[in-house]
Amino acid sequence: MVFEKIAEMIADKVDMDVSEIKPETTLEDLGIDSLDVTEIAMDIESEFDIEFEADASMTTVADIVAAVEKKVG
Amino acid sequence: MNFKIIGTGSYVPDNVVTNDDMAKIVETSDEWITKRVGIKERHISVTDTTLDMGANAAFEALKDAGTDPKELDLIITATISSDTACPSLACLIQNRIEAQCMAFDISAACAGFLFALETAAGYIARGRAKKVLVVCADRMSKLLDWSDRSTCVIFGDGAAAVVLEATEGGFYDSVIHTKGGNDVINIPARDGCSPFYKNEPQHPYLFMNGQATFKFAVNSIIHDVNELFEKTGFTKDDIDVVVPHQANKRIIDFAQPKTGIAREKWYVNIERFGNVSGASIPIALNEMNKKGLLKRGDKILFTAFGGGLSSASTIIEW
Repeated sequence: MVFEKIAEMIADKVDMDVSEIKPETTLEDLGIDSLDVTEIAMDIESEFDIEFEADASMTTVADIVAAVEKKVG
Repeated sequence: MNFKIIGTGSYVPDNVVTNDDMAKIVETSDEWITKRVGIKERHISVTDTTLDMGANAAFEALKDAGTDPKELDLIITATISSDTACPSLACLIQNRIEAQCMAFDISAACAGFLFALETAAGYIARGRAKKVLVVCADRMSKLLDWSDRSTCVIFGDGAAAVVLEATEGGFYDSVIHTKGGNDVINIPARDGCSPFYKNEPQHPYLFMNGQATFKFAVNSIIHDVNELFEKTGFTKDDIDVVVPHQANKRIIDFAQPKTGIAREKWYVNIERFGNVSGASIPIALNEMNKKGLLKRGDKILFTAFGGGLSSASTIIEW
């Protein structure tokens, strides 16, 4: 559920088909820069109603999903 | 008593530095800068001082307003890069334009223009001033580490000024917020040469955490604009023009849909000037004024954010 929502947000951000976003996809593969990550993090905050900071250790979509799942329980 | 803006002016140095020029100074490219911040070129001073730029903008605004400097009751200057710590830049401008009124600086970085308008509004409301000159001037190039590619490509030098006149009509209101701290944006002042002072010298140039600044900027725009709408009763449809602080085009692109105010109402000129700190908004305002893009009665929303951290949003009637 969290993965699907985040994959949708990322697909929207990078203008790709959501089916191309896999958990193991790296942010580098997607051509995402640090401001894109900040934008996605801010969208995550409003979508899931949590405080969320992205950091440099998050290199794949799965990393972001895991961090969000930890917050939403 | 309220006020209207009766004249605008601006000045930027002749020296235009393109992204290709920047790529000769630091490892960067036109493509990276354009995608990252939306800037194509900026004006960088060769010989203009902050005073030169501020005074030139002031002369143009006074001429546009048909106001003699002797008529001014107050000069407020917003700057973070004055040529002198004392006198204030406002005092130097008062001297240069041969005005005789009181003059002082305020320091609110990129939100400086809106802090200055709010301060002027207080003097005008109390009947202490009828004509006020507000000047924003910054030589950002002297505050930058020109080997730091993440910051030196973002800023430009320049100045802008407006003349305010007390009036019963018109509309003015604003919200202002300060979230004090220097972990996100920091520009050290001089350490001096006291033989007694033993602390480590500070890195003497601008530091900015780009992601944290981006987040603060976007959240400030959304929060301040909504708060201002609640305070004034205006809605997004009442606003004719939005002039946001020109810090990074991506801040504007990301925040705009979240405010609900139509994109075509937002004026953006960052591609030609970069971030000129507090002067960014009045440079854009002057450009719109001189191009005939504003009409009397227009409700203009200004929204700004920056070092402090400071943020402000203001609605004026043109």
